[in-house]
Parts: sequence; structure tokens; C-alpha cells
Amino acid sequence: MPDAKIFVPAPDRAPPLNTLGPVAWVRENLFGSVSSSVATLIFLYLFFSYVPPFVEWALINANWTGTDRSICEANTAGACWTFINVRLEQILFGLYFASKPDELWRPTLIFILFFALLLPLLFEKTPGKKWLSITLLGVFPVVFYFVVYGGSFGIPQSNTTQWGGFLLTFALAFVGILLALPIGILLALGRRSELPVIRSICVIYIEFWRGTPLITILFMASVMLPLFFPAGVEFDKVVRAMIGITMFQSAYTAEAVRGGLAAIPKGQAEAAMALGLGYWKRTIFIILPQALKISIPSIVNTFIALFKDTSLVSIIGLLDLLNMAQTAARSVEWRGYDIEGYLFAGFIYWAFCYGMSRYSQNLERKLDTNRRN
Amino acid sequence: MTTETHIESAELGDTIIKIDGLNKWYGQFHVLKDIDLHVKRGERIVICGPSGSGKSTLIRCINRLETHQEGSIVVDGIELTEDTKHINDVRREVGMVFQHFNLFPHLTVLENCTLAPIWVRKTPKREAEEMAMRYLERVKIPEQANKYPGQLSGGQQQRVAIARSLCMNPRVMLFDEPTSALDPEMIAEVLDVMVGLAEDGMTMLCVTHEMGFARKVANRVIFMDGGQIVEQNEPEEFFNNPQNDRTQLFLSQILQH
Repeated sequence: MPDAKIFVPAPDRAPPLNTLGPVAWVRENLFGSVSSSVATLIFLYLFFSYVPPFVEWALINANWTGTDRSICEANTAGACWTFINVRLEQILFGLYFASKPDELWRPTLIFILFFALLLPLLFEKTPGKKWLSITLLGVFPVVFYFVVYGGSFGIPQSNTTQWGGFLLTFALAFVGILLALPIGILLALGRRSELPVIRSICVIYIEFWRGTPLITILFMASVMLPLFFPAGVEFDKVVRAMIGITMFQSAYTAEAVRGGLAAIPKGQAEAAMALGLGYWKRTIFIILPQALKISIPSIVNTFIALFKDTSLVSIIGLLDLLNMAQTAARSVEWRGYDIEGYLFAGFIYWAFCYGMSRYSQNLERKLDTNRRN
Repeated sequence: MTTETHIESAELGDTIIKIDGLNKWYGQFHVLKDIDLHVKRGERIVICGPSGSGKSTLIRCINRLETHQEGSIVVDGIELTEDTKHINDVRREVGMVFQHFNLFPHLTVLENCTLAPIWVRKTPKREAEEMAMRYLERVKIPEQANKYPGQLSGGQQQRVAIARSLCMNPRVMLFDEPTSALDPEMIAEVLDVMVGLAEDGMTMLCVTHEMGFARKVANRVIFMDGGQIVEQNEPEEFFNNPQNDRTQLFLSQILQH
């Protein structure tokens, strides 16, 4: 074909000017239509009528210093953070450590160690992340046991019934998360097993624990469990709570993981089989990495729920962060400052849960290999 | 189409796949009926037929992605039974390429190729990587080795899938409609790789409707319908002189366009 036309792509032109810049953005997004404009105005009204007074009360006029309630009673226009300041050890570490100034280094050291291990993991460029993770998940709990529980190396044994505050919340959630993930993965795999016996056991386990309220499980663990064991055999109350929480949480994690497993196309397992990979190899190298990636949002969702649900241990007489803040606000010295106590506890819960949420979003983005570049 | 010359085949070796009296049911549905098929080393077989005729199921039985209820399948001297060890022994020697590629999306192209050699054949990592690069060169995409499958085109993905299978040094390659999911522009690049494999003497069973490929490469073309082998012959005879009226109808339908 000697006379074929030559194809010349048309050049790109710049977009119209009135679709660019901040003014265009505001017009487009905030005042794009009548209903949108009304919504924007209502929101602005609510924002300015509630946020500045709260900031004034919580920050600008607040009481920060002092050692007793007299300073707060003198200035009632602001929040009484003095209360939190004075009772910080009790709210963070519980009654046992708050009552023994000599032992305060133990929970303090544990939290410093935890953050020292955790923070580097959040940055992409950190070298040796694998070893840091192994230390955090494997070595840290052991250190926690010896330092906080004590009883060896000349460290006095702490009374677990007096554990409390954020330390207890942290211990329950950490153990629950750490143990529930592997157990949950095995349960989820078992639920999809071709062997009817394994499948039934996993289904029954998951449905039983998922169908029972955590508060019932904790109550049973505390009140009923001792009835099944001979007198004298006594489980630690905190251990019982940990077992109950792990059982409960693993059922939820299993269902979150199952969702991910169900989303993996059958062709993935078939391709792995065709290459001669056996069940465990294809599960570990092919199926789980993909399934867990998909289930990150729902797994983290259950972890966040667990972190907050630990406050239900108050039913068996353990005082976690929330209950300790409440207890402190009902003491004779600080009666009436419940709001500050709740706000402080709420803020700590929020900070941890938001951290988990952000980390999971980060992880999802990092593991997304489907992006084209 | 007929202008392409047929690849001359070397002398065929002994029988590597022996299928005798194979029957398979999906519940009540009788999907494979009394299949007898012997494949010699170096033989290249193209299987065609209408959808639902059992052609994919047949080749999926050869590496036990599907179980059969009656008859026997012996691959390279190993009979396929419930025995998991035997199944994995067979799968190690039989490569498979799928219609939808089935690459592992969370692994790079290179990792896709080295995973099975490292964990199944226990090949040292460096050796496995060198071998993978050789096969990626052979399918003409060594420069994509560190990309993820999601960043490649369909044709490139299918070529990686072929390289991944070759890295296990299989004795037989099964192709299950390898070009059906590809855009027309990409079919040729995949078929080229498959022709190259045929030229090197690979034993191949290929479910495909690419009749040009069949004419050029196959020693034998098999036509299946209703779970049976209706007709099989050398490609020239098969296309120019089909014996069965069902075959004639099928060929007239697919060659008209």
C-alpha cells in the first residue's frame, strides 16, 4: 500500500482555566449546589458554636498544675487536668505499681521498650525490620512477664489482682492479638478443610465463641471455671481473662481471615498445585500472603474492637484503663472530675486505635502490588 | 494458513502418558467417557472441540487437578491415585499453563519463576534465579523480571506463566486454552513461544482453537465432543479430510471466520 496515510496523534491541550485552583475547588466541592451550600453553612455554624468553647475549656482555661483539688475549685471555667497529673501512675499502671514508688520503673521500662521496638517499624527505611518484629512479638512478651509479673531475678512478684489501668488494657490486648492471629488463621484454614472432622471442629468452635458475648465468657471464666477444677487449683484472674479473650478473639479473627481466603481465585491454588507445591507450602507462600492482605482491614477492625472491649474485664473485678480512670474520679480527693477522667481514657484509647488504623492503611498500600507504574 | 510449514518432528520416544478407560463424573454428569489416549515422548497433541466437551477436564486429569472415578492414568511410570506423594511426583514433571495465567500477584516475575524450583526441587536460590532468567530470556521478557504480574500485559503474563512452568524442567507441558483470554494483538507472541518449545522437542498437550498453530505444530489433532474422543488424526488429514460429520460441522464453524 504505497499511499497509506500516516497516523499523527493529536497534541494534548491544557484543561479550561476555571476548573483549576482553590477557588474552583471551593465552588465545585462546597457550594456546588443549593443543598451542598446549605450543608456547608450548617456545618460551619455547628463547628464555630461548639469547637471554640471546648478548646477554651480543655486547653486555654484548663488547670494543669498543683497537687490537690483546691486549684481546680478556684478556677471552674477550665478542665481539671491536675487530677490526671496527680493520679497518672494509678491510671496508667494500676494500684499495685502506683502504691510502690520503688517499683514504678518496671511498667515504665516496659512501655519505653515497647515504643522503642514499635516506632522504628513504622518507617519504611528501617533496616532489620524482620528482627525487630521477631523481638517485639517473641522476646518482648517474655521480658514483660519477667519485669511486670516478676518473681525471679530478685524482682518482687506483683499481685495480678492489683494490676490495672493502661498496663492491664495493654497486656490483655497484646496477648489477645498475639495469640488470636495464629489460632484464627488455623481455624479459618480448618473451616475450609476437605476433612469433615477438622471442618466440623472449627465450625463448632468459631460459632460457639462468636455467638457468645465476651462479657458472658469473662464471667464464665471467672465464676464457672473454678467449679470444674478441684479445690486448690487456682488460675490467676488475669490469665483467665487472657484465655477467655483469646478464645473469643480467635473466632472473630478466623472469620476475618476466611473472608480473605474466600476472595482468592481458585486458579491460585491450582497453579501452585500444578507446580508440585504441597498443601502447607502453597498455603504459606501463595494463599495466606494474599488472603491476609485482603483481610487486613477486617482483622485490624477486630483488633480495634478487642482493644476497647478489654474494659469489660471490670465484670470480674479487674480495673483496666477506663475503670481505673473512673475509680480515680470517684475517690474522695477527686470526686466530681469524671469528665476529665473519661476524656483522658478516651484519648488514650483513641490514640492507640487510630494508630492501628493508620498502620493498617499503610500496610495495605505497601502490599498493593497491582499498581502500575 | 496452509502456507506455514509443519515442524518436522524427531523420532518419537516411548509412551510417557497412558490413559486407559478413563471415566469421570461431576455428580450425575458423565463428563469423560471411556477415554483412551497414549502420548509418546516428543509428541505434540492439539485437542479441540466445542465448550463443555471435556477437553480441559481431560488434560486437568493428567496432573490430577481433577480426580477420575474409573480407568487409569500413568504418567512417566507413575500411576495417579489418591496417594499424595505420587500426585506431587507427577506434578513436578508436568507443567501447566492456564487460560487466565494464574500468576502469583504478590510475587515478582522472578519470584514467580523461582518459588517452585526452590521449595519443591530444593534448587539453591542463586541457581534457581539464573535458570529463571534464562527462561525469561527465552520467552523474551528478561527486562520484566523485577516487576509484578499486575504491571504486565496479558501476553507478557502468559509468557511468564510459560517460563514459570519451564523452570521446573517438566517432561510434559499441558496448555489449557492459553490464548483464549488474550487480546488478538497478543496471541501471536504467546504462540511464537509455544512453537519454539515444540521445535525443541517438548512433549505438549494443548487445548486450543488456534488452528494455524495446530497445523504447524501438532503431530496429532484430537476432536472431542460429549466427553468422548470423536476423531483423531494427523493435522493435514484432520483438516482436509475429517471423517466424522460432527468434526466437519465443528471445523466448518470455526474456519468460516
